[in-house]
Amino acid sequence: MLSIKNIHANIDGKQILKGINLEIKAGEVHAIMGPNGSGKSTLSSVLAGREEYEVTEGEVKFLGKDLLSLPAEDRAREGLFLAFQYPVEIPGVSTTNFIKAAVNEKRKYLGQDPLDAVSFLKMMKEKMAMVEINQSLLSRSINEGFSGGEKKRNEVFQMAMLEPKLAILDETDSGLDIDALRIVANGINKLRSSDRAILLITHYQRLLDYIQPDFVHVLYKGKIVKSGTKELALELEERGYDFITEAADMANL
Amino acid sequence: MNATYFKDQFQQLQTENDTVHLAALRAGSFGTFDQKGFPTTKLEEWKYTNISSLFDKEYQISPFTDNPASLAAAIEEIQLPEHTNANVLYFVNGRYEPSLSIIRSTIEELQVMPLLQAASAGFQEIIDQHLGESSVYLKDGIHALNTSFITDAVFIHVAAGKELSHPVYIYHLADAQHQAILTQPRSLVYVSKRAKIQIAETFRTVGTMDSFSNAVMEVVVAQDAFLEYYKLQNDAAHTSQVSSTHIHQTGKSHVHTVTISLNGGLLRNNLNMILDAEGNETHLYGLSLLKGKTHVDNHTLIDNKHPNCFSNQLYKNIADDAATGVFSGRIIVQPDAQKTNAYQSNKNIILSDQATINAKPQLEIFADDVKCSHGCTVGQLDEEALFYLRARGISRELAEVLLLQAFATDIVEQVKIEPLRQHIDTLIQQHLSIQ
Amino acid sequence: MLQWRLKAFAHWLKLEEPKWPNVTYPPINYQDIIYYAAPKKKEQLNSLDEVDPELLLTFDKLGISLNEQKRLTGVAVDVVMDSVSIATSFKEQLSEIGVIFCSISEAIQKHPELVKKYLGSVVPMTDNYFSALNSAVFTDGSFCYIPKGVRCPMELSTYFRINAENSGQFERTLIIAEEESYVSYLEGCTAPMRDENQLHAAVVELVAMRKAEIKYSTVQNWYPGDKEGKGGIYNFVTKRGICAGDHAKISWTQVETGSAVTWKYPSVILKGDYSIGEFYSVAFTNNYQQADTGTKMIHLGKNTRSRIVAKGISAGKSQNSYRGLVRAGKGALNARNFSQCDSLLLGDQCGAHTFPYIEVKNKTAIIEHEATTSKIGEDQLFYCKQRGIDAETAVAMIVNGFAKEVMNQLPMEFAIEAQKLLAISMEGSVG
Repeated sequence: MLSIKNIHANIDGKQILKGINLEIKAGEVHAIMGPNGSGKSTLSSVLAGREEYEVTEGEVKFLGKDLLSLPAEDRAREGLFLAFQYPVEIPGVSTTNFIKAAVNEKRKYLGQDPLDAVSFLKMMKEKMAMVEINQSLLSRSINEGFSGGEKKRNEVFQMAMLEPKLAILDETDSGLDIDALRIVANGINKLRSSDRAILLITHYQRLLDYIQPDFVHVLYKGKIVKSGTKELALELEERGYDFITEAADMANL
Repeated sequence: MNATYFKDQFQQLQTENDTVHLAALRAGSFGTFDQKGFPTTKLEEWKYTNISSLFDKEYQISPFTDNPASLAAAIEEIQLPEHTNANVLYFVNGRYEPSLSIIRSTIEELQVMPLLQAASAGFQEIIDQHLGESSVYLKDGIHALNTSFITDAVFIHVAAGKELSHPVYIYHLADAQHQAILTQPRSLVYVSKRAKIQIAETFRTVGTMDSFSNAVMEVVVAQDAFLEYYKLQNDAAHTSQVSSTHIHQTGKSHVHTVTISLNGGLLRNNLNMILDAEGNETHLYGLSLLKGKTHVDNHTLIDNKHPNCFSNQLYKNIADDAATGVFSGRIIVQPDAQKTNAYQSNKNIILSDQATINAKPQLEIFADDVKCSHGCTVGQLDEEALFYLRARGISRELAEVLLLQAFATDIVEQVKIEPLRQHIDTLIQQHLSIQ
Repeated sequence: MLQWRLKAFAHWLKLEEPKWPNVTYPPINYQDIIYYAAPKKKEQLNSLDEVDPELLLTFDKLGISLNEQKRLTGVAVDVVMDSVSIATSFKEQLSEIGVIFCSISEAIQKHPELVKKYLGSVVPMTDNYFSALNSAVFTDGSFCYIPKGVRCPMELSTYFRINAENSGQFERTLIIAEEESYVSYLEGCTAPMRDENQLHAAVVELVAMRKAEIKYSTVQNWYPGDKEGKGGIYNFVTKRGICAGDHAKISWTQVETGSAVTWKYPSVILKGDYSIGEFYSVAFTNNYQQADTGTKMIHLGKNTRSRIVAKGISAGKSQNSYRGLVRAGKGALNARNFSQCDSLLLGDQCGAHTFPYIEVKNKTAIIEHEATTSKIGEDQLFYCKQRGIDAETAVAMIVNGFAKEVMNQLPMEFAIEAQKLLAISMEGSVG
């Protein structure tokens, strides 16, 4: 579904990603872990199409298409969803209207008719129940005045509504207490399916207690330096990143 | 326009019905105009708005329309929503037209009549006291010109304790089918103690010749009275305006105003709030969504003369194409006005490299126990918010419209006449989506 | 030079005095001012030891002893008294690294090519009423030239003093920082008490080339007049710098406590791409003082940045105005400005005013302006008192805290002087 080949990327002339390779198939859950500053969020930004990042080398295929040639909105319409690490507050735009616009823009792109008000509301109700989000949040402006947990829940709700093929969850666990984390993780788990891939980006292993990954990759200085199964995450939890980063540094000497 | 034309016109005025006060006011004002002429950008208050060049051409001053029937279509078009539930007042070419106007409130609640009649209908004292008091604050030639030519002005009186259930809609029609015209509407509104009134004003020009409206409205708000005032500017690009609203709160009272500017040529709005009693409260909101070459200049003045007054101002401008948005807000806190709370915020978005924003938020504070602040920003749509919307599959164009609407929402929400608010909302959506 | 002056004088005669500042003062009779009053002992002055002891005492009182500074902190000082430069210290050491620091009269003699090239290049003689007057009559002032790549190892400093009665001071300062150089320049002023008003109409021009940085700090303590508002200096000064090259930086810091009337807008023209302009100001007015001060940040180059922090403190019957312009021209892509103007009122007879002008002509500029007005809260005072601090000390503490962001920009020894000045100026303002 997603095939990343030798991606190099810069921001403000500074090279962050230095040759990433990654294959993700439908139904798989991958976790990318790594110390701060290793390039985790850059990877999610490059995949989602942030314009400040310049890809200098490499290619990304998403469902057979050249992802990097698409603008951000078309990537979303193709089925790529990014749950933001810091969801943006947009005063004055109601969450419901926003999601409706997003759903219908996607349908338009796929040549489908827009959802009528009744079906849209029905869908909202279903998904709200699924991710345990309150109606009152959705009538407010996007993320405005939301707590950290509410923002992340809203991200997962949007994921449910947009039914992506690939969901990238960027540090979705950051800033959450244990209860909020459980609710968010439950929501994500309900959205796991055989035709949907999930890419978790996280610093800590604790999210992986709730969402079990099929594969774990360690990102360090812009490269994937180690890949493994979920046991790798447990090992990291126990031993810290040092044993991997030191080995990587040694190899680079 | 040359001075001789105005002199001739001034001498030809029918003044036999003038009261002593009006005669003196007129003569003094014409003297001021004669001396100062049209304001130029050398005057501090006109630094960012050049109206003197508009007067290079010839206008007819408040002519009677030669073909009233030709205005029928415009009369339909100008209607604000649910006008059949409103008191509707018409000005044609700057002259109040009682024959077109419809008063739905009872005479015990609301009296509307030509100004000259009002003097003999028991309102002389009010008129002598308040007509022309805006000249203390607006000292330039253009303001004096309106006062010099007070003809067919309207007087509006809300009786004590009466809360009007019908809003007052004031329509200004200008007939520029055959000649360029200068219209000078004038009104004096008196809101008595404990009374409540909602006023909405809008403008439309018929014909393709230039029109210039130099409008002055003076409002007195007495003890415990409540005024809502809405101005909607959405006229053609060849129409210009200097629209001055001078609100004098003589007793503890509440005022709420919203100015919405969409289309037009050069629009200058003066809004003076004179807080002349303890405990006054006033709210000023403004929104300009500017395209083409439209130039909008919102000038506000809040004069805090007594303790414990509260004022809040929020003005927003969006300037696209070659448009110019100007905000000049002046807050004066006089030495006696302790415990004043005065807040002012001006937010601007520039969408084009040909557009201009000029801002001049000013505080002049002569009392120490006050809370005053102003903030002003000029910038663009938040890139982070745009990206967030696009990452959800919303196109850049639609994302921009959504964010612009959101930017406007704070102001539109302040329109408390629900059908009017919806009408403005629709106008804004149309205005933004043509882009 | 004479021709240049005559041209300026002819132009000055055509101009009218500005009326727009928020200050009032009686008309000045420009014929009555003595434009040049050389100190009598001038010829005998061979070293600093021979400077008028009264003058040295004044400096001592302020903690700016020339001797001390010369010995301990290594600040090079140029003393300008009644517009005549009387002594410049550390000249030799500076000249070894190519830094020229001398009086402008000396510079006209010895470095005519530099003076000709740059004098009037930032503030043209026709710029305004007072700069035209200055161009016609200026007598002396300081001149600094920092060659390419040189980081001036010491603070350069000029001390100005108006001594003679009814005299005007019309000094002219010109600082040129060549590519990749750095200089920090301090300017202090003082004048003894006179009943008559004295006029100070100086012009300061700064030129910063590519990657050069000029930091210009002023502590202005001209005589403000007495408690009834009699006497004092009219301080009408034109200060302007240009960031002529890319990545240049000019930073103005001023602490204004003196003068009866101040009219002063140290400005930066941000011409070079990525250039930076800063303005940090504390203006304190007491009794009948009037200050109308601020800055202009003219953004012309791409990615230029400016920052304005202005703190006004008004006491007594004084009037304190901030007036500033931030302009982002069409070519000033990605220009950024942040301005913060705060006023603190001590007493209910004074005024604090803010007149910012913001002009933006491109869609990539971001300008933010904030202003607040406040007084010292009763609860703050009570809190201090409850901890055993008297009202006067508490107010001084709070005022210093209010001004801290600006004070922090001053070089250390200057900051201490400025704090003392603030304390002296505030005396008796707490009721």
